[in-house]
Amino acid sequence: MNANMISSTHLREERSLMGQISLFIAKHKNKLLLYLLLLALSIPFLFPFWWMFTSAFKPANDIFAYPLTLLPQTWRLENFAEVFAFQPFARHYFNSLYIAVLVTIGTLIVSSLSGYAFARIRFPGSNLLFLLLLSALMMPTEVTIIPNFTFMQALGLIDTHIPLIILPILGANGVVGTFLMRQYFLGIPIDLEEAGFLDGMTRWGVFWRIALPIARPALVAVTILTFLYSWNSFLEPLVFINNNDLYTLPLSLRSITDEYGQSLWNIQLAATVLTVLPVLLIYAVAQRQVVESFALSGTKG
Amino acid sequence: MHAAQAPRHRRSLARQDAAIGYLFVAPQMIGFFLFVLGPILAVFVFSTQHRDLLTGVVEPAGLANFQTMLQTDRTFPRVLANSLAFTVWLVPLNLCLALLLAFLLTRKLRGMIFFRTLFFAPVITSTVAWVIVWRFLLQGDQGINQFLEGVGIQGPNWLREPNWAMASVIVTRVLKTVGLNMIIFMSALQNIPREYDEAASVDGANGWQIFFRITLPQLAPTILVVMVLTVIGSLQVFDHILLMTNGGPANATSVLIFYIWFQAFRVFDMGYASALAVVLFFIVLTATVIQWVLRQRFIYNER
Repeated sequence: MNANMISSTHLREERSLMGQISLFIAKHKNKLLLYLLLLALSIPFLFPFWWMFTSAFKPANDIFAYPLTLLPQTWRLENFAEVFAFQPFARHYFNSLYIAVLVTIGTLIVSSLSGYAFARIRFPGSNLLFLLLLSALMMPTEVTIIPNFTFMQALGLIDTHIPLIILPILGANGVVGTFLMRQYFLGIPIDLEEAGFLDGMTRWGVFWRIALPIARPALVAVTILTFLYSWNSFLEPLVFINNNDLYTLPLSLRSITDEYGQSLWNIQLAATVLTVLPVLLIYAVAQRQVVESFALSGTKG
Repeated sequence: MHAAQAPRHRRSLARQDAAIGYLFVAPQMIGFFLFVLGPILAVFVFSTQHRDLLTGVVEPAGLANFQTMLQTDRTFPRVLANSLAFTVWLVPLNLCLALLLAFLLTRKLRGMIFFRTLFFAPVITSTVAWVIVWRFLLQGDQGINQFLEGVGIQGPNWLREPNWAMASVIVTRVLKTVGLNMIIFMSALQNIPREYDEAASVDGANGWQIFFRITLPQLAPTILVVMVLTVIGSLQVFDHILLMTNGGPANATSVLIFYIWFQAFRVFDMGYASALAVVLFFIVLTATVIQWVLRQRFIYNER
């Protein structure tokens, strides 16, 4: 109230630009402070991305320019070509892609089946089995990776992609999927399914034709979480893969170094951009779904 | 019609349905026993053995691995201290920043979506990419230190000095993951009824009082859950450390999870690594139980 009265007298008395600016500031002081705070907080989040994308176009010595340059002085597109010349990057890209797709499909199948059974089908021991599964969420993959390595070694599966496909589907990541699916199925009105049974549908028919189509949002969430998990996964490829041809992108990025183990920064950053870009593009388009998927997995897990 | 059907027919239908239930959960449960539960049990067995990854020699060792851990391995106490420091710094930093961001972003103002998108972006970015960039920016004469020089500060060689290396790993990890906690807090904040704030401000409470006396207590259950999840998450930070400092300099950033990997796949001592994994198992278990107990108590108080 008071501030309004002052500002309206000001308005009449002062028409100069400075007056108007200070008036604006006085009126929106809190908002401006908030924006300033947010902008300051954005710097450590925004700058790494900015630097990643711009430096991917810089010649090697430009990256070390003093003082630091925010934009390339000359845009060097050859960095991107050199990524592919330096190592079988297209191969690595394909590896990451097909593994992530298989892991996603596998997780969708396994999680929707067992999520549905835990939500809707009565069978002895279901609560106990579900509790057991939940306990898996708490155990770091790093604890189980040693026996799993021995196991895979015994099966002759080291230096194959099979562990990278099987372990995420059946390990903790898959359990998160099952948990999300179960929560969603629990929320579907049971009347819908009963109508299906009355129409003479089997359990499978009810699951496939009624429950699953309704659960689409949950399937989307599981798809997003699983694909990202596989695409970004580092420990499993590091442990199970030695052969460069079988590398996935995270391993590939890491190995872009000269013969002394020093990073070839501009090539490495170009490869990084190529790795991060599809994820960021999907994120830009489906921003709400991505954030919601993580919010679900975070609070429920 | 349905209700009038013979009970025996119904019972056989129920039994058939139960069979379908087992069939539906079978892939997941078989996988779980093979690749999660089995390995957890195996880690305990491995921890009582000498297992050389290179030669494949396996011998019973009794408690020798644990004796090594407690008596002869000079690195182990260091590793535990590092893990403790890492968690004790990372968790409060992460939670405070996440709360602050969530609190700012739940104002109904223009552009908040942009900021939310930005703060969350590192969560979906691969750790390798995030670390590659920060490793450059944290070099002695590059990146951040050029900015600092601009304002007259001589920055340290971040990743080459023990304490600064730890600080760098913690801060860049917080930046990488804070967005996740932020969105969880945001949805919790949005579920808090507005009436209390309004009533309080009518009664003359200022913004700080409203935050500390009304908003924060209502957020407490969420904060608790997020805190424990962040503690457990902090015990699993492996790739970030491997890529950024490789545990160095001089083991300054070698935390338990990193040390397990190092013993298993660099020293090739699978038995000792398993003994270390058993320790990690019990630490995580303790954290989980604490969370469970606190959660029960909080939910009880809520009602």
